[in-house]
Amino acid sequence: MGLEIGLGHYLTVAAILFTLGVFGIFLNRKNVIVILMSVELILLAVNLNLVAFSAHLNDLQGQVFALMILTVAAAEAAIGLAILVIFYRNRGSIAVEDANMMKG
Amino acid sequence: MTLPLFFFYLFATVAIVSAFMVISSRNPVHAVLFLILTFVNGAGLFMLAGAEFLALLLIVVYVGAVAVLFLFVVMMLDVDFASLKSGMLQYAPVGILVGIVLLLELLLVAGSVFIAPEAASGSGLPIDTTMDNTRQLGLVLYTRYVFLFQGAGAVLLVAMIGAIVLTLRHRSTAKRQNPVDQVARRAEETLKVVKVKSGQGL
Repeated sequence: MGLEIGLGHYLTVAAILFTLGVFGIFLNRKNVIVILMSVELILLAVNLNLVAFSAHLNDLQGQVFALMILTVAAAEAAIGLAILVIFYRNRGSIAVEDANMMKG
Repeated sequence: MTLPLFFFYLFATVAIVSAFMVISSRNPVHAVLFLILTFVNGAGLFMLAGAEFLALLLIVVYVGAVAVLFLFVVMMLDVDFASLKSGMLQYAPVGILVGIVLLLELLLVAGSVFIAPEAASGSGLPIDTTMDNTRQLGLVLYTRYVFLFQGAGAVLLVAMIGAIVLTLRHRSTAKRQNPVDQVARRAEETLKVVKVKSGQGL
């Protein structure tokens, strides 16, 4: 660990956040809301990676890309929560195992 | 320890601890609040990396909009969250296994990162340190990446229309306006001019 903030520092933090997000999906297999929050954590980790590489390579493109991911993440959260609301309205529950109406 | 490094470790530690609290807390309202804390600290990390615009955007978009949306949904749905937590540790062993493997692989990649010299030198869009980050992003966002920007707008439009269409509900008991009936109404069908003699009723 050097005295300067390097690329490795950011990549490590992003890797831990990503893993926590994946672990959250396993841990809260029943609760769709927490699964959506875990997906947000994963997207934050990805954005952190992009920004870290942008700073390290002195290239603005990474930040433009992170901006687009932010947009898609916001759209995903809105649509996901809308689906969650109508799912709850139809089934009276938000458990993942109750989502079997399509017999998939 | 230099000041930026101190803040880096502070933000990183708080972000990781609060991310762990997001996935492990029993109360989903607490989970949303810890998600907000994670994003604020993530914004701090962005700020340290020099991406000031993205850092503030993260606070505005996530803390101001997405997290509040989560909070609304959590509070709106009358769900028994305790029952959803019942089988929580059932999948924890396999989750820990997958998590450890994933983390080791990611750290292996992060530790052995090697940037090709041609990638490091031939920067596509060099950061100009004399200009602030917001101005620089604005200069490319509306020129070089205008189609990407428009595409992002289209994605948000589709998400907005999708969310409205999904949650729209027609209730038969509610009184609604019928614009067709209103426009098709004619004066002669509804109005009658009557001469009333004085001193007499109709």
